[in-house]
Amino acid sequence: MNDEIIDEITASEYKYGFTTEIESETVPPGLNEDVIRLISSKKNEPKWMLEWRLDAFQTWLKMVEPNWPNVNYQKPDFQTISYYSAPKQKKALDSLDEVDPELLKTFEKLGISLDEQKRLSGVAMDVVVDSVSVATTFKETLAEKGIIFCSMSEAIQEHPELVRKHLGTVVPKRDNFYAALNSAVFTDGSFCYIPKGVHCPMELSTYFRINEAGTGQFERTLLVADEGSYVSYLEGCTAPSRDENQLHAAVVELVAMEKAEIKYSTVQNWFPGDAEGKGGVFNFVTKRGICERNSKISWTQVETGSAVTWKYPSCILKGDNSVGEFYSVAVTNNFQQADTGTKMIHLGKNTKSTIISKGISAGRSQNSYRGLVRVGARAENARNFSQCDSLLMGDKCGAHTFPYIEAQHPSAQIEHEATTSKIGEDQIFYCNQRGIGTEEAIALIVNGYCKEVLNQLPMEFAVEAQKLLEVSLEGSVG
Amino acid sequence: MTDLAQDLLSSFVVAEAGLNGAKNLGVVNMRKEALDRFEATGFPTTRDEEWKYTNLKPLLKHDYKIMLKSESAVSFGDIKQYLLSDLDTYKIVFINGKYSSWLSESTHQSYDICTFAAALNKYPDIIKKYLGKAAPAGETFVDLNMAFADDGAYIRVKANQTVDKPIEILYITTDENGASFSQNRNLIIVEQNAEVQIMERHQNIDEAESFTNFVSEVFAARDARVSYYKVQNDSDKSSLVDNTHVKQTTGSNVHVGTYSFGGKLVRNNLHFYSCGEHAESHMDGITIIGNEQTVDHHTLVDHKEPNCYSRELYKGIYLGKSHGIFNGKVFVRQKAQKTNAFQQNDNILLSDKAKVDTKPQLEIFADDVRCSHGCTVGQLDKNALFYLRSRGIPKREAEGLMTYAFASDALEYVKIPQLEKRLNGVIAKKLGINLEFSL
Repeated sequence: MNDEIIDEITASEYKYGFTTEIESETVPPGLNEDVIRLISSKKNEPKWMLEWRLDAFQTWLKMVEPNWPNVNYQKPDFQTISYYSAPKQKKALDSLDEVDPELLKTFEKLGISLDEQKRLSGVAMDVVVDSVSVATTFKETLAEKGIIFCSMSEAIQEHPELVRKHLGTVVPKRDNFYAALNSAVFTDGSFCYIPKGVHCPMELSTYFRINEAGTGQFERTLLVADEGSYVSYLEGCTAPSRDENQLHAAVVELVAMEKAEIKYSTVQNWFPGDAEGKGGVFNFVTKRGICERNSKISWTQVETGSAVTWKYPSCILKGDNSVGEFYSVAVTNNFQQADTGTKMIHLGKNTKSTIISKGISAGRSQNSYRGLVRVGARAENARNFSQCDSLLMGDKCGAHTFPYIEAQHPSAQIEHEATTSKIGEDQIFYCNQRGIGTEEAIALIVNGYCKEVLNQLPMEFAVEAQKLLEVSLEGSVG
Repeated sequence: MTDLAQDLLSSFVVAEAGLNGAKNLGVVNMRKEALDRFEATGFPTTRDEEWKYTNLKPLLKHDYKIMLKSESAVSFGDIKQYLLSDLDTYKIVFINGKYSSWLSESTHQSYDICTFAAALNKYPDIIKKYLGKAAPAGETFVDLNMAFADDGAYIRVKANQTVDKPIEILYITTDENGASFSQNRNLIIVEQNAEVQIMERHQNIDEAESFTNFVSEVFAARDARVSYYKVQNDSDKSSLVDNTHVKQTTGSNVHVGTYSFGGKLVRNNLHFYSCGEHAESHMDGITIIGNEQTVDHHTLVDHKEPNCYSRELYKGIYLGKSHGIFNGKVFVRQKAQKTNAFQQNDNILLSDKAKVDTKPQLEIFADDVRCSHGCTVGQLDKNALFYLRSRGIPKREAEGLMTYAFASDALEYVKIPQLEKRLNGVIAKKLGINLEFSL
């Protein structure tokens, strides 16, 4: 019985694995200074940007790929990846109507028709396909409030002073191997600026998709919330099924100024590779936010995809009374490997952080939580609560916990707890008794298990996330 | 290569000549291989994940004497206070790493309680069967110890026997050699259904800058019961790296308590290998340190077989500029279904300059298990403190009482009342309170 169910999940194929025939412009694979110059000139970037990229490239050349994460994979060959792939467009677009109809169809298939989104849900979206931003909806509505929400390349053209001031301040060029690579070759991403005292009236959203074969996606997101502002930001990701491994190395930087609040939610559903563990996206992402006085950053993530994931959305609680939160559900199945968690760096006084991490492993997957809580020598009254639970389904998967706790102040209060268990047979039996099938019962239990995190997601995403969980785990018993 | 590593490598030839085991060819080869491995790896640095928070550099720069004098002026009066006076015990005493026969009380009658050096010559078959079989090759300090260690305690309890009184193993360091580097090794074999209680103490009686690299191998056969208490009460200047490796088989029950009350740097590597069903592993630890002392506890429980149980409770109290480190790893292999593993590490920081780094880890490959760990860093409850003070208990004493209550949880499993009393006394003294009434 159990075997059957496990087979069934294993058999549930990746729903988003289609490619779209869009004529695209791709630079030949390889990485050298010329490629970077080409990317920069294609995007018509100012000189300082090119220099910034070249400096990052020089730094990257001196770095070695890290191997401390608890994952095994064939290291990507950086000379076989194409660093720039743009859907071919003739001229700048004024409205959605001018977007390539093929591309629009892609989004319809993804269930995120721009039109629909625009009218019904009131979500402003920036869509990034193969590194290039194709359309941004609701720009005008946002502009009235003084909110800037556009693609990164546009921001470099139109708001260079803002980009220059904040880019690389949270994740420096030399931060790590993949951050340096991203700094050198990033092609697009989203940029968002919320002016002083503005409460952003709608959810901002970006959708990422890798479409072209043999390309890597290197997007860069920069989100600046000025004093007293509020923004909720969503990010979704998919990629077509391919035999080869594709690389996704993004950088996300958040700046929360005094009294600002940023809520950043991710539903990550990159192609996880097929049932034999072939193909899939390597998701090596650096995400970090910095909190000034009285500000708050909240990360929420639901991770179901990627062949190999390592990412640690972090908060640097620099200002006094700032708050950092991290809510995560990570599901791994088949041969997926995830090494994910967070870092909470307490520097200011009275800073608070909460970490709730729920890991679910099935099939032959390996799921690791790795988190750091550091209380600096001046962080009086710092408070942290961490909870990481793991659920195991089947006896071939693994769940691992690596929390690092470093306290340097006597007033710090840090609590960490972790449990590992499987779904109780009595729980399933209880549901069965009441006429709920085993498969549904598991969906029910898993959803309940993840509720604390799913509750943090904005409405539209919560529904999608719940569905994703059901698809990835349909009725598995350990 | 550090200075100490160089010194060690160059002194091996001389040391080897004086080592026991020349007759025992197998041991000679083991030593040579271990030295080769050490030469290849050198001492670990903070870039090594297992040594991330513990910096050995300042320690290794020091000039240590490696070849130590065998005679010593230490008399029974000097060490009396470190032995349990109100309890009859077997005693094995080492002064500066050398066995002191007139201070010791060994036996060969029903069980072997003697020295490692004697066992090397007397029982080559047993040495061949057990030596190096629990402590894994490839760990720097274990390899180094393998290459050099010539003495230590040897305990073998044959099947179905219970040792009639506890065994005390005392390692005394003095400044007679100046700054010294010593390496000893315990081999403890407890056969089927046998039982033993062991107390081990590392004590520095002068302010000598000594560095000790110590290895204990414990083998618990089917249904064997072992209690092993380690008291580490060194000075501000001496350092200790203790490697204890316990190999358990079916139904055995092993308890290791580690009580660290100071040292420039104390590192405890405590590894349990659960190699049989229904084995029970207990680990307790209390750390109370101040000044610029560092205590680092690294534990590993490797569950290899189903239906095993492990419990781990470590309490830390940090004063002054001390630095506490805890790294607990629980490994559950795919085969080890129905494992029940629990791990708890609680820390209290009592000073602005003290710091603690803790890393409780779970690595689980089996699904039908119950594993949990918890970890806290905090301070004394202000409300409870207020309650005590409002009843006329001075602040200092109230703090002491609460800290004592916090730490004493980890004494629950100590089975020798005299030892428990002694530990209570040491804790009370460390915390500056008078607890006579509770003893």
